[in-house]
Amino acid sequence: MAVQITTQEAVKKIRDKSSVMIGGFLGAAVPLKMIDEIATAGIKELTVISIGAGYRGGGVDIGKLVLNKQISKYVTSHVGTDPNLIKQIVNQEVELELSPMGTFVERIRAGGAGLGAVVTPVGMGTEVEEMAEKIIVDDKPYLLFKPIRADVAVIKAHRCDPLGNLQYKGMSNTSPVMATAADIVIVEVDEIVEVGAIACENIGTPGIFVDYIVKGHSYQERKNVYEELWIATNKL
Amino acid sequence: MSRDYIAKRIAKEFRDGMYVNLGIGIPTESANYIPAGTEVFLQTENGGLMFGPKPERGESDPDLANAGAEPITMLPGGAVFDVATSFAMIRGGHIDMTVVGALEVDQAGSIASWKIPGKLLTGMGGAMDLLYGCKRVIVAMTHTDKHGNSKIRKRCTLPLTAAAVVDMIITDKAVFRVAEDGLYLEELAAAVTVAEIERLTEATIMNIGEWQESEMS
Repeated sequence: MAVQITTQEAVKKIRDKSSVMIGGFLGAAVPLKMIDEIATAGIKELTVISIGAGYRGGGVDIGKLVLNKQISKYVTSHVGTDPNLIKQIVNQEVELELSPMGTFVERIRAGGAGLGAVVTPVGMGTEVEEMAEKIIVDDKPYLLFKPIRADVAVIKAHRCDPLGNLQYKGMSNTSPVMATAADIVIVEVDEIVEVGAIACENIGTPGIFVDYIVKGHSYQERKNVYEELWIATNKL
Repeated sequence: MSRDYIAKRIAKEFRDGMYVNLGIGIPTESANYIPAGTEVFLQTENGGLMFGPKPERGESDPDLANAGAEPITMLPGGAVFDVATSFAMIRGGHIDMTVVGALEVDQAGSIASWKIPGKLLTGMGGAMDLLYGCKRVIVAMTHTDKHGNSKIRKRCTLPLTAAAVVDMIITDKAVFRVAEDGLYLEELAAAVTVAEIERLTEATIMNIGEWQESEMS
């Protein structure tokens, strides 16, 4: 059972020094309203866990938290899109924890699925060997990475019902795995529908994983936001 | 000009029915030159299979983007999924070919593309997974850096993205095959001489002698 709350109420679940997972992919399919609310609330020293930094060029979506200097640690696979974040990492204002993208996602999946580690061959023969423990399975060398969990996950879905059942539209990105791996899971949706309106086979994340629902932009509003962004950055 | 040449040359490597992941930049541009009659299924690591060209203005979907967060369309029969499923395809050996850019490649097929200590800090993103998991790895890049130094080295000097994974190197000057025992020159671009390739390539080219002989005759 999930509870619908406002973005202002939802942001109170995140405190100074909280670890926060943010769904989406380099700015696409991110929870726009909740990110704005975190920026407005001025919560500090956050550990942000996100597959990559914000939209290319910085200052947009997660990039707003970077500009506000609200992040003390970034757990990710890629920061190349946000020059402001790179500067803060170089200046040691932000601690960076990298893993290869597939490993990053599996670490979160392990964190949510009650597994003790991720064991992967990816990164063997590179600097990544120094970021993990080496183990041998059936005579083959692998890297052992620890699971990742967070205090709060802020994810994005297209719509949900009052039970917290989520339906995604387009790429669901990191939201389905993050939904499993935090103590508190907040979903931002385009619309809220009645129980039964989402056919059971279309439920991408079952409500058991979701604690709070916030109403984000409507689909049409979000489409307008991205059209503007893509046109302004010569991508459309 | 050389970008276009490289993109067109990459496209000759597409085979009908292949599942392919293309890196950002020149590799992505090669999709414009997929030969007629060849169907290639493009995968994007953020969670899409069988995506198509970018949409017209007014027809974009905020939930359909490529790995660079740029708008795309999905073709009939295309599928979308989460990133864990996407990397099961990539790391699990289900993708036939990937084409990526690089800072350096060496004669053992090792590649450096993600980090220049003290200069470039981006993170590896999905590159290490792609290079490990895809059945065939093609590197597409300019032959030399902006200072004219060879990007095809005896041994990479920059931090590796993956060791001994590259199968083919396509540059604006030549095409190489990376075999177990070293690097083989396969093709020269138009108006490029064997002497020029020798001068611009630091790596040892195993069959350079045969090319010199054929140029003389």
